Amino acid sequence: MNFIKLLDTLSNKENLTKAGSRRDSFDQFKNFGAKAVLASIPFGLAATSSKAKAATNSMASASFMADNNDVLNFALTLEYLERNFYQIGMDTTGLIPEEDRTVFSTILRHEATHVDFFSAALGNLAIDEPTFDFSGAPGGLALDTFTNYQTFLALAQGFEDTGVRAFKGQAGALANDNTLLTYALQVHSVEARHASKVRRIRGQKGWITQNNSDLPAPFAPIYAGEQNTIQGGVDLAGLFAQFGGNDAVTAAFDEPLTMDEVNTIGGIFIV
Amino acid sequence: MNNNVFKEKNELDVNKRRQFLKLSGMALVGSGLLVACSSDDDSPIAPPTNTDLFDLGAGNLGILNYAYALEQLEAAFYMNVLSGSYWMGAPAEEKQILEDLYNHEIIHREFFRTAITSVAPNDITPDLEFDFSGVDFSSRASVLGTSKVLEDTGVAAYNGAGQLISVADAAGIAYLTLAGKIVSVEARHASAIRDLLNPGSMDFAGDDILVGIGGSQPAFDKATLPAEILATVIGTGFVVTQFTANNLPTS
Repeated sequence: MNFIKLLDTLSNKENLTKAGSRRDSFDQFKNFGAKAVLASIPFGLAATSSKAKAATNSMASASFMADNNDVLNFALTLEYLERNFYQIGMDTTGLIPEEDRTVFSTILRHEATHVDFFSAALGNLAIDEPTFDFSGAPGGLALDTFTNYQTFLALAQGFEDTGVRAFKGQAGALANDNTLLTYALQVHSVEARHASKVRRIRGQKGWITQNNSDLPAPFAPIYAGEQNTIQGGVDLAGLFAQFGGNDAVTAAFDEPLTMDEVNTIGGIFIV
Repeated sequence: MNNNVFKEKNELDVNKRRQFLKLSGMALVGSGLLVACSSDDDSPIAPPTNTDLFDLGAGNLGILNYAYALEQLEAAFYMNVLSGSYWMGAPAEEKQILEDLYNHEIIHREFFRTAITSVAPNDITPDLEFDFSGVDFSSRASVLGTSKVLEDTGVAAYNGAGQLISVADAAGIAYLTLAGKIVSVEARHASAIRDLLNPGSMDFAGDDILVGIGGSQPAFDKATLPAEILATVIGTGFVVTQFTANNLPTS
């Protein structure tokens, strides 16, 4: 069964046994009250972490035995990447045509808010912002990202679709903490809204059909596995001929990526 | 039956139920009692007794049944869309988007039907009856406006349900992952529909639907618990078949 394979990606059986603590955490948040300032969102994690602040400039630190702080730093890194990317895009004169600037300024504002959010949640455990190179040089590429709008759009789509899959891949790892899990879900679906919009600007459907990608070849991993038709142990292939067939089946479910898979993609842009 | 009378009674009934929901913390969905009333029946509608109504159930099964009910609603709505005159005459892109949404929601619905039947064949949400007479399927604004509400509601519902899924066993983790696989597709839908309504604007992820956390700018989707989602669903008046949600997890 396919979903069992997903369990492997969580690589943290501890979390499964700590399910009972979820309510405690949720109650803790409720007690915190609505007037909370961002800087003190009570994830309740800092005190329990034995990890030192990650000095790494990549996402690799989060790729094994993820505890909740690792997951948060993983999320923070993705948000850093997106914020940095859209900030440069918005600041580059003549890159984004007038009719799309509202869309990208909106996305930038969301990503910046997500960065602040995860930074605040991690406090002094938050990793520093890595140095990004959106030409893809760290991955051996030489993309004209900020001089060619089509390249910028292609990367935007890739980052948003990766973000959706990356957050989804961590849902299980955060399942031991109701508050964290819910926050992550609230970010996850916003990334999906972004992804849909950017894809449609590019003339694509807002949803992912099979593992189709018209992005540069090195980005094929962003869509790897999206052709999956087995959900919850049920193979839906061939069952919906009247309803868009297997293309619709694959589009109706987004698939997760593991941290390692996301690290490989992100590593193309991290110096 | 006089339609106007029907509508007035229906609204009244909805309000009563809302109050009931609020007062008791119990959720009663559907307007089936009213439909069952004959027009010459002047006796007041009795307070619902739940003995013969389907209840979504408790624990993870309850959450699955809840999701299945919502997917039934969405699928039924798009089925009506595709037989309506707006869709028939819509521009190609809009036609394709709505047809895709129809396909996806049918697939979600049938997936839940299969999955729940395999674990609890006798406790699955029945096939619900819907009444979309409040939607004008010849009107772009009515169809897309309703679609927007349903998709946004779906996003908030799955986001809110995640924390209610017990992950004490592997099946629970699988359910949580499945909710994640579906919710992002609902969000992709919502984004597209919102953009059709207001192209090129920020509405695809607008401040009217996103929320802030801890005083931040709006940059997060809602995560809404079932009681509030079901109140919204009751408010649409779309669900005819009555069922209850008295045993869903609440935290």
